[in-house]
Amino acid sequence: MRLHLLALLKKEPAHGYELKQALEQTFGEAYPSPNIGQIYVTLSRLEKDGMVRAVDVEQSNRPNKKVYYLTAKGSEALEEWVDSPTEGPRVRDEFFMKLILAPMTGIADRMMLINRQRRHYLSLMRDLNRLADNTDPANRVAHLLIEGAMLHLQADLDWLERCQEDLA
Amino acid sequence: MEGAVTPMTPVVRTVNLEKIYQNGGVPVPAVRGVDLRVEEGEFVAIMGPSGSGKSTLVHMLGGLDTRTNGEIWLDGKRVDTLSESAWAVLRREKIGFVFQFFNLVANMTVADNVELPALLAGASAAQARARREELLDALGLTDRADAAPGHLSGGEQQRVALARALANQPRLLLADEPTGNLDSRNTRDVLRLLGRVHAKGQTIAMVTHDARVAGMADRVINLLDGQIVDDADMAPARRRTGRSGTTGDVIELRG
Repeated sequence: MRLHLLALLKKEPAHGYELKQALEQTFGEAYPSPNIGQIYVTLSRLEKDGMVRAVDVEQSNRPNKKVYYLTAKGSEALEEWVDSPTEGPRVRDEFFMKLILAPMTGIADRMMLINRQRRHYLSLMRDLNRLADNTDPANRVAHLLIEGAMLHLQADLDWLERCQEDLA
Repeated sequence: MEGAVTPMTPVVRTVNLEKIYQNGGVPVPAVRGVDLRVEEGEFVAIMGPSGSGKSTLVHMLGGLDTRTNGEIWLDGKRVDTLSESAWAVLRREKIGFVFQFFNLVANMTVADNVELPALLAGASAAQARARREELLDALGLTDRADAAPGHLSGGEQQRVALARALANQPRLLLADEPTGNLDSRNTRDVLRLLGRVHAKGQTIAMVTHDARVAGMADRVINLLDGQIVDDADMAPARRRTGRSGTTGDVIELRG
């Protein structure tokens, strides 16, 4: 989340709660909504690393709030993030490790593992269907995020089918 | 539909169903001893690798392919012993089909394509027309009624095919990869429709590779080498209750 926050701060200085809202509004429910505590912890780490600078703003009836500004160092880190290609899909899949290793130990059979995993993927898909139904059609970003998750799940299921054909 | 509680006759029941093709004198089993029940109002997705027997199974349920051994029951009546002409009548009355390639009649308008099944089943021209108007309206295709199918996008053609399949208010909707030839956006439109039709109580058995489709089903059956290797209940909370969160205007479709 560090770099996501830096990106938002590049646009404009903000306090923690504003950052949380910006993430939620942009990505919708499909984005694993960070709790405000996580955001403050991340911001204080960024501050310690010199990526952001915090400025206290006095409020009349409430404790001071901190407004965060991106520093030159933070800006550099952000550019590096933008300029480098993003990690591709994982090659070493935890389920695959289980599928290969567990039957060797005699504690599980492959068909059972595959069936359970398929059910799990399908129930995730069901959740995504519901999420898509409940997401504002005008929020293109949120819908693309959900569609991306669906396409990844589809690939996982297709691969599971290949495993079943060849191994079970 | 709420009232009936007594043990219901399943819409589909198969007993030890088998299909064995002959390939140059060599028997090739495609479906091997499938026992399947589909209850009224259920949406069952059938998945599995290609060559696992999914399509053969669904084709047999609709009488488009004959069984080698076993029994098929539709609505409490044994049907695997029917003649081809008796099957044709049964299909018109009780079964709707949707295929991957829309199979619309190319030289007929959209409206005529949708009216055809009702007319074949003996409905009056006025009845067929009323049903067609209702369906096209529900599927958002009213303004395409006079178009030729070839002038429609894939998604629109598949919606027309769905309208045609529902024209006679079938007891059972069978589908074989209905989204297999559609892009992601058109798939979404067709899925939305299927969801609505199902919510209205339509019984559906559908072969699919598409996990989004399967994610909408009440049950997902997995076939491997012609046998059921998994039968997963996807909606333990049971239909309707699980949908309470879904809002939006549900279109009027009596299926």
